[in-house]
Amino acid sequence: MATRGFIGKRPADEIGNRLPPGQYLTEDFPVLSAGPTPHVPLEKWSFTIKDGVRPVATWNWDEFAKLPHVKLTRDIHCVTKWSKFNTAWSGVMIDDILAEAGIAAPSAFTLAHGSDGYTTNVPTADLIDGKAMVATAYEGKPITADHGGPARLLVPHLYFWKSAKWVTGLQFTQRDEAGFWELRGYHMYGDPWREQRFTGD
Amino acid sequence: MTDSVTVPIQPQRLLWQEAVVEAITVETPSVKTFRLRPPQWPGFRAGQHVDVRLTAPDGYQAERSYSIASAPEEAGTLDLTIEELENGEVSPFFHEVVEVGDTIELRGPIGGHFIWEKSLGGPILLIAGGSGLVPLMSILRHRAAVAPDVPAVLVYSARRYDDMIWREELFRRAGTEPQFKLIATLTREAAAHEGIRHGRIDAALMEAALAALPAGEGPKLTYICGSTPFVETAATLALGAGLPFASVRTERYGGMGR
Repeated sequence: MATRGFIGKRPADEIGNRLPPGQYLTEDFPVLSAGPTPHVPLEKWSFTIKDGVRPVATWNWDEFAKLPHVKLTRDIHCVTKWSKFNTAWSGVMIDDILAEAGIAAPSAFTLAHGSDGYTTNVPTADLIDGKAMVATAYEGKPITADHGGPARLLVPHLYFWKSAKWVTGLQFTQRDEAGFWELRGYHMYGDPWREQRFTGD
Repeated sequence: MTDSVTVPIQPQRLLWQEAVVEAITVETPSVKTFRLRPPQWPGFRAGQHVDVRLTAPDGYQAERSYSIASAPEEAGTLDLTIEELENGEVSPFFHEVVEVGDTIELRGPIGGHFIWEKSLGGPILLIAGGSGLVPLMSILRHRAAVAPDVPAVLVYSARRYDDMIWREELFRRAGTEPQFKLIATLTREAAAHEGIRHGRIDAALMEAALAALPAGEGPKLTYICGSTPFVETAATLALGAGLPFASVRTERYGGMGR
């Protein structure tokens, strides 16, 4: 049913067709997170792959910097309704991280961890085959702390809360374990094109 | 950000429903409150928000999130307090078109982190920049209703005296609620008003806020809401004052396109 008197400012088709339902385009880069911004010194940063509780591989910042870096330019969509087009990241693909660790993904589910205690769950299939990376640069510069630097997960085809800021590791899990926002009413998968914002969407 | 409380998974899908606009209140030259009555409203926790969806005759839709200003005690209704943003799409519609008796589609309540309820305890420190006061007002009103003994300090930074939302109510509460202290500051106007400071939030203001709490008691929880730069500044000051990282909860207003 139409809202009385609402006309709206619909974007041009070339923009509208790239916007998932309920999203609007921003040129800005808003910051969303549940707490203060942690500042992680590079010499204290590390990234760890775990199979359940067992660590499989760990890199410090210098070691991680030597892994193959690639560029990924994608549209991103935040559950708070803003979308941003053509965001240009570079970092290490999850495929390459697993290859460097010498393992194939050991289970179908993954929990990403951030240095602030944040967690978010992503199916392993959504992290591999060229879909996701650990990003260390945005628009050619180190990612600033407020946007998740020094490193953040980038899973651009899911709502952006899945792209954990200040990422410190990926943990493969036997079942789909809800993360921070998923425990608080947000969707377990979070596909913007199916508008999976909240539990049950 | 690790919480001490267990939050149950929301069991059911949040359905869109048509809420009736029962009242509209002009709060400041750029802020209005819309009292809405959804047909089925499960209630909410102070600090939560709802999603609003507007539909044009051709089916085009715009969605936004708005925080609830009223207390959960106001059964059956919720107040959305909305600042009109220049060049916005949804907030100007609310300000210029919406009338009492209209229906607005919404779903909620949403959010399980930026909330306060009696079981979380206190003291609580609330820090608001501009319309970031909205969810904190819900917390303050709820606290007054269910836990007036929980010490609370509100730091409220507004541009000008006339931009202060709920100015009378805040001063009345500060005057009548023994455990509530108000520290208001104006950033774009020299304060010619008793009890109001001038200038942006800084370390001295944070110190004053902590000093307004009962002696020897730091805030158990701190809630900061406002624009991104405001929240970054306030959260950094809070950590600088020694508040534990996990005790500080933030909500940042995106700032564009609302």
